[in-house]
Amino acid sequence: MEIQFTLNKKQVTAEVGADTVLLGVLRDLGCKSVKCGCETTNCGLCTVWIDGKSRLSCSVLAAGIDGHEVTTLEGVEEEAAEFGRFLAAEGGEQCGFCSPGFIMNVLAMKRELDDPDLEEIKEYLAGNLCRCTGYMSQLRAIQKYMTLQNENSGKEAQV
Amino acid sequence: MNMTEETKDMRVVNQAVPKVDAEALVTGKAVYTNDLAPSDCLIVKIIRSPHAHALIKDINTARAEAVPGIECILTYKDCPDKRFTLAGQTYPEASPYDRLILDQRMRFVGDAAAIVAGTSEEAVKKAVKLVKIKYEVLEPVLDFRTAKDNPILVHPEDNWKSLCPVGADNKRNLCAHDVSESGDIEAVLADCDYVIDRVYHTKANQQAMMETFRTYTYLDAYGRLNVVSSTQVPFHVRRILANALDIPKSKVRVIKPRIGGGFGAKQTAVSEVYPALVTWKTGKPAKIIFTREESLTASSPRHEMEMHVRLGADKEGHIRGIDLYTLSNTGAFGEHGPTTVGLSGHKSIPLYGKAEAFRFTYDVVYTNVMSAGAYRGYGATQGIFAVESAVNELAQILDMDPTVLREMNMVREGDVMPAYYGETAESCALDRCLARAKEMIGWDEKYPCRDMGNGKVRGVGVAMAMQGSGISSVDTGSVAIKVNDDGFYSLMIGATDMGTGCDTILSQMAAECLDCDMKDIIVHGVDTDTSPYDCGSYASSTTYVTGMAVVRTCEALIAKICERGAVYLGCSVDEVEFNGAEVVNLKTGESITRKEIGNRVMCFNNEALSASEAFSSPTSPPPFMAGIAEVEIDKETGVVEMVDYAAVVDCGTVVNPSLARVQTEGGIAQGIGMALFEDVVYSPKGKNYSNSFMQYKIPSRLDVGNIRVEFESSYEPTGPFGAKSIGEIVINTPSPAISNAVQNAVGVIVRELPITAEKVYKGMRDKAENR
Amino acid sequence: MITIGNYVKPKSLEEAYELNQARSSRVMGGMMWMRLGNARVKTVIDLSGLGLDQIEDEGNVIKIGAMCTLRQIEQCEALKDLCGDGIAECVRHIVGVQFRNQATIGGSIYGRFGFSDVLTAFLALDTFVELYDGGTIRLSEFVNRKPDKDILLSIIVRKSKRKFRYDSIRQTKTDFPVIACSVVTGMVHGKETWYFSVGARPMKAALLEKQWEIPADASEEMIADYARQAASEFTYGSNMRGSAEYRQHLAEVLIRREMTSILAEGR
Repeated sequence: MEIQFTLNKKQVTAEVGADTVLLGVLRDLGCKSVKCGCETTNCGLCTVWIDGKSRLSCSVLAAGIDGHEVTTLEGVEEEAAEFGRFLAAEGGEQCGFCSPGFIMNVLAMKRELDDPDLEEIKEYLAGNLCRCTGYMSQLRAIQKYMTLQNENSGKEAQV
Repeated sequence: MNMTEETKDMRVVNQAVPKVDAEALVTGKAVYTNDLAPSDCLIVKIIRSPHAHALIKDINTARAEAVPGIECILTYKDCPDKRFTLAGQTYPEASPYDRLILDQRMRFVGDAAAIVAGTSEEAVKKAVKLVKIKYEVLEPVLDFRTAKDNPILVHPEDNWKSLCPVGADNKRNLCAHDVSESGDIEAVLADCDYVIDRVYHTKANQQAMMETFRTYTYLDAYGRLNVVSSTQVPFHVRRILANALDIPKSKVRVIKPRIGGGFGAKQTAVSEVYPALVTWKTGKPAKIIFTREESLTASSPRHEMEMHVRLGADKEGHIRGIDLYTLSNTGAFGEHGPTTVGLSGHKSIPLYGKAEAFRFTYDVVYTNVMSAGAYRGYGATQGIFAVESAVNELAQILDMDPTVLREMNMVREGDVMPAYYGETAESCALDRCLARAKEMIGWDEKYPCRDMGNGKVRGVGVAMAMQGSGISSVDTGSVAIKVNDDGFYSLMIGATDMGTGCDTILSQMAAECLDCDMKDIIVHGVDTDTSPYDCGSYASSTTYVTGMAVVRTCEALIAKICERGAVYLGCSVDEVEFNGAEVVNLKTGESITRKEIGNRVMCFNNEALSASEAFSSPTSPPPFMAGIAEVEIDKETGVVEMVDYAAVVDCGTVVNPSLARVQTEGGIAQGIGMALFEDVVYSPKGKNYSNSFMQYKIPSRLDVGNIRVEFESSYEPTGPFGAKSIGEIVINTPSPAISNAVQNAVGVIVRELPITAEKVYKGMRDKAENR
Repeated sequence: MITIGNYVKPKSLEEAYELNQARSSRVMGGMMWMRLGNARVKTVIDLSGLGLDQIEDEGNVIKIGAMCTLRQIEQCEALKDLCGDGIAECVRHIVGVQFRNQATIGGSIYGRFGFSDVLTAFLALDTFVELYDGGTIRLSEFVNRKPDKDILLSIIVRKSKRKFRYDSIRQTKTDFPVIACSVVTGMVHGKETWYFSVGARPMKAALLEKQWEIPADASEEMIADYARQAASEFTYGSNMRGSAEYRQHLAEVLIRREMTSILAEGR
């Protein structure tokens, strides 16, 4: 069947089977940032946004996406690069394979939670596994990034 | 030697430089194997044995071949009958040649029975279901304690071959056997006031790197097999594939792009042979992407080991003798079997350098479970759990603080280590590591435990560790650097960055030596056709071995730059100096820039401006580490929660503090997983239950508590800038330290990993009942 | 993995129900668990778009549409007001936010999974399920029915002054539970009544009802006896995550803690 949806703000069309999952469709459409890590919804590598919410593209039927809006890391590249610099400064990307899904969920958290504390951050991101880093560097990066975001938004508010 | 004096003038080394590939990684660029694979690759899938031990009687492929899009279905009849090993090791490999690409005998549930390749995923999946295989089911050997001299043989075949004298005998299910000793251990133990006599058991663990095994292959214009693979050992893969396909090595080229983690898993050529065979047979490009299930059931996990430790001491706590027997389970094939086991003794016993005698004996046995392989720590992790746990049990019997017991017995700088091939610890800050870790955690206030008053008790526990830096007199790294137009450098390495950052730290070293900026140096992934030889990234070798090759290459290149500069300046080479930016005539002050030299050597020049050097070390200087865990235990349920982990590492000079820190934090988190959660569980018939991330639980960020890392550096005189290794040692302390914390909190000693809540609960209950 | 012939998103419940009467049709929830099986499904029926994704406070009941995500449940103020933190507690350990943005309560309840935290929690509450054909029945009755061809439309929690606690034990924090326990108490027909539900035994959650009058100042020993009694009335099994014996012990501990917490609130 043919589906139409918005991918990173562009209208796209894809021919999919009834049991095709979104992950492969997105990669075929050129969004190579989307990675498969486990196939069983446990690792978070395939995280994308559907209508603005973090979801696992390995278990979303592509057929159900018709008419919806999908965002991958390619669609928020500038914001990803900005946070990514904090991540890299801490060495928190390491192999980098889990980074796209992780960054998507960090940016979703930024939109959803207002000034989260460490426990809230950890809980929000619990579904993003990483085998390289032991997570500490990622938390350091998030906290520094959030602090800068808050400072910047504070400045804007003052202006 | 004090490291700060040695390193204080460094501009690039010892700095937290972000990784050279960081931006591509955080913006999700297409840099990994499957991102790069051509879209016309045949899809390759493996049909896997449902039986732990069986012989294939018949394979009917007729219906499957009729599926539109199916290119080929290959069986054991299509493979060379010459055995080889998938272990990525220097030739002649210690691992036995016990494999065929496809074999008639199935040796574990998941063993490869046939290969199906076709133009689409759907077609191949359909065909896989239509291949009919008749098996003669045989009785398997599943308990590794009964494997040696069992009448059921895992490898009865006559063309099984062991290239090295490792004590292997396939007619006894024996993959390796050895005894090494110094002093009269029996006499020393008989004379000791206390002898701890215990058995410890560590399980198979999965590396669980986020990128599963994957490879694609194609033929190039010269008819050569090109292999793009997520591997730690491209040069070894070249040899392995030539062996497997029985073709000349010159016919194989291996390319390594970015890798999504390895941790040793990819030191075995787990996935390469399958698409390689398909491409070689069909001439068409082919790729295989292991599913997570395949990556967890037909891969290369840590060797399960059972270790019997006898540890003797006098009543003051002087450790006088250590006797260790290790039984290692290599599973269906012998990859890394003969070598991992050695580290269980050689990297644990030397921590206690003052012992008068030691003996280390081992057997490595074949069984009908998935083959083991290389996983960070490589046997040291298992041995250190056993020996460090025994030391902690000794502390309890002596009623001594386990850190004090260690202070009394630990190896110190300048000590000769008889159980470590007689090497001397030229650089060792283990004493400072332990002292600092105690301060960080607040040991003196927290030892042994504190009742939190809410049904929970917090305990602290300690362990030490060592590893090596490369395999002495074996590992070889070579490096080439060339000067290009405008004077930028190409750094060519054969060492494989797998996210660990070696492309970055080797560039840092080059930038330091060549007195230039990081941006003046380009580095890229490994290509066996063009990269200088390197055994690969394993055995904690890259920083130390390849790093030293970088230093040597830079020295040679600087000499050549000076020569060229002198020619262009029209003076003698003795009169010039290279300051990184220009070659200066010290007499006249005249100079020529590197940029100009780089451009001029490209015109009317008879000497290439490049250098290449190699390095191999007769020693393997150990990094050292102390780790202290603080855990909280629910006294009713036995649930163990990580609170804090303080770790201090002596890796010599820290080449890149942020990358070294993340390596350490990551290794500790993996170690926490090993200690508390991770287990490969088999059914009574040998089926692997731990076949997904739903069932094989690696720690999430909610499971690791706080991890704090510091460095207490020594200066290794034989290493680049005083550096030693860091990659592996970091996984070794959590299991014994956490076990000790549980022991100190609730008095329960769990000698079999993982330390589950149920084991702790049962230990507490049994203690209460015996009271 | 599942094989699907057709994907259909019906325009009405009637259509969905008709489609589902075929033997090889299946209604999908979040497609989390269903996808992992090896079933060959001819028609999969997606109920999104039928307005079943709302939580409505209808005065005396809270009605949760079957297609509501677990994340909606976790963040729902009305459920928090009625039940306290226990509702969020019963879902927040489930894998991760992305998973809970996708998994539906309908899928969790309809699946009657052994590991289900959600079922354990709602079973102890005064909960009904609304079925397209079968009307509205108690969740405790639905749990023991064999899966049939009816369609689950909503989960209905009746409001009352009951007290609710939920707790679980896991190996890793986001793993399936080793055991999950809920305790609810309140006045039912003028009698103090206690409801206990224990899930992940590893069999699916079961419910126990006791008319126990327990004074708010009951001694620790007395509460422990009640908890032991309650835990002993369930059956337990062994699997990779724990033995039957350990599970029973954990059930006893959690039930006692939950009862103690409820009684302390009553003081």
